[in-house]
Amino acid sequence: MPREDQGPLLEFKAVNTYYGDLHVLKDVNYTIGRGEIVSLLGGNACGKSTTMKTIMGVVRPTRGSVTFDGQPIEKLATSERVKRGIAPVLEARRLFPRMTVYENLEMGAYTQKRGAQFDEDLERVYSLFPRVKERRNQVSGTLSGGEQQMVAIGRALMARPRLICMDEPSMGLSPLYVEQVFDIIQEINRQGTTIFMVEQNAAMALSIAHRAYVLQTGKVVLSGTAAELRENPAIKEAYLGELQVPAAA
Amino acid sequence: MTAVDVYLQQAINGVSLGAMYALLALGFTLVYGILELINFAHFNVFMVGSFVGLGMLELLGVMPNDPALTGLTLVGVLLLTFAVTMVFSGALGVLIERVALRPLRNIRGPASMITTIGVSYVLFNIVLLGFGADAKNFPSPLPQVQFAIGGAVLRLREILIWVISIGLMGGLTYFVQFTKMGKAMRATAQDPDAARMMGVEVDRVIITAFFLGSALAGAGGLMFGLYYNITSYVIGFQAGLRAFTAAVLGGIGNVPGAMLGGIIIGLVEAFGSYWISAAWADVIIFSILVLVLVFKPAGLLGRIAPNKS
Repeated sequence: MPREDQGPLLEFKAVNTYYGDLHVLKDVNYTIGRGEIVSLLGGNACGKSTTMKTIMGVVRPTRGSVTFDGQPIEKLATSERVKRGIAPVLEARRLFPRMTVYENLEMGAYTQKRGAQFDEDLERVYSLFPRVKERRNQVSGTLSGGEQQMVAIGRALMARPRLICMDEPSMGLSPLYVEQVFDIIQEINRQGTTIFMVEQNAAMALSIAHRAYVLQTGKVVLSGTAAELRENPAIKEAYLGELQVPAAA
Repeated sequence: MTAVDVYLQQAINGVSLGAMYALLALGFTLVYGILELINFAHFNVFMVGSFVGLGMLELLGVMPNDPALTGLTLVGVLLLTFAVTMVFSGALGVLIERVALRPLRNIRGPASMITTIGVSYVLFNIVLLGFGADAKNFPSPLPQVQFAIGGAVLRLREILIWVISIGLMGGLTYFVQFTKMGKAMRATAQDPDAARMMGVEVDRVIITAFFLGSALAGAGGLMFGLYYNITSYVIGFQAGLRAFTAAVLGGIGNVPGAMLGGIIIGLVEAFGSYWISAAWADVIIFSILVLVLVFKPAGLLGRIAPNKS
């Protein structure tokens, strides 16, 4: 199958997702271009996590289509989506707590063949996160939250993804780690991986994203470049709150 | 016999029984670890395993009351019988999962567990109808070689059980620790949703757990026949209940726990029968279980709160 190198990498077209009678995503459209960092903002229970689950195939949309690399994927099994190049960084990290850091990285490469490519990917993760290399034989449940987040991102990279879907990468981390994690996300993006990121910390998210969508009770109410959204009065009031804005702003 | 000899003899008996319970307990623990399901059909997979072993031995021309085999013939017959019994039992476990349990996978509540009780009775009655209610003599192809250790006696059948159990448990431990599928099993047990999102095909993991657990139960059933020289359609319930107790005692879902629990239950049965009475063996076993659960609810090697969100 010829790969379309133009069109968007991931596209939601009029996606509607229900949990029983509960209408969670309402006619949602997203377009994630190749090489972008796109952020999804919104309050609690607005459909952000459902968006991630819909991309990974944990939840199937009732109506609408999801395409990855020009191909419809909404009917594919999760494992097939991972093989095609979508990897998750899950909310609350969700490492395998009683497996070592190394074994967690191996699980990230589950759909990949072992061999030179695996070693290369492992080296890449270790060079991005020297801390992960130090801790590689430690049981992951004993790591600090920040270290776990690094392993979770490393685990996603081991799948050689073209798209990484991150669910709340800053959640539960100390401000120092948040800075570090966002620097790394930018670095990974510069190395060529597209990032779609759900994030509560809107100020942080908009500081690294190219574009963003704002989701409210299951509907996209705003979208635009990160710069536009940072200046949008509604966003400033609802998500950026004066205290979160860096002093320089 | 001095007191030490008696204790040694009971220890030999207990470890042999315990090895069988441990093999059976592993099947409960593998499936529980992944599905949080107590598979009561497992009781009678063990029983069917002993009948498959019996059939295979007779197919190879080894009949009850035949003289013992020796040398390579013995090794060949045992290897083939164990292999066929384990593959058959493993396939039976997979069949049970596909036919009876997979359709109920996403239904909450006790439906799956109740179904496994039903499947257990189906197996029980198939064997009862097919082979009748009386106990069957089991061939004893093992030579009557025995070693005296002080005043205690170690027979070849005990050595056979130990060697095969250690081999199978070692193999299982290697599989779970070091192979790709074994790691996928552990990951799925620890966080099924996250494992799925790594690309693990959870259905394959579940089938593997049923196959391995049931194959080990089949090996246990065959050992039971070789050890007692008898089998019957009723052996599943008693052995199954004790093995289930062993799995809970060790910490259900925990592979080394099932092995430890099995050996402990075997020793308790042997010493309890000697000190008190064989009739009281179950009372002692379940009393110990109750005590352990009161003071260590997750079992000896278990963890209280599985790290799942």
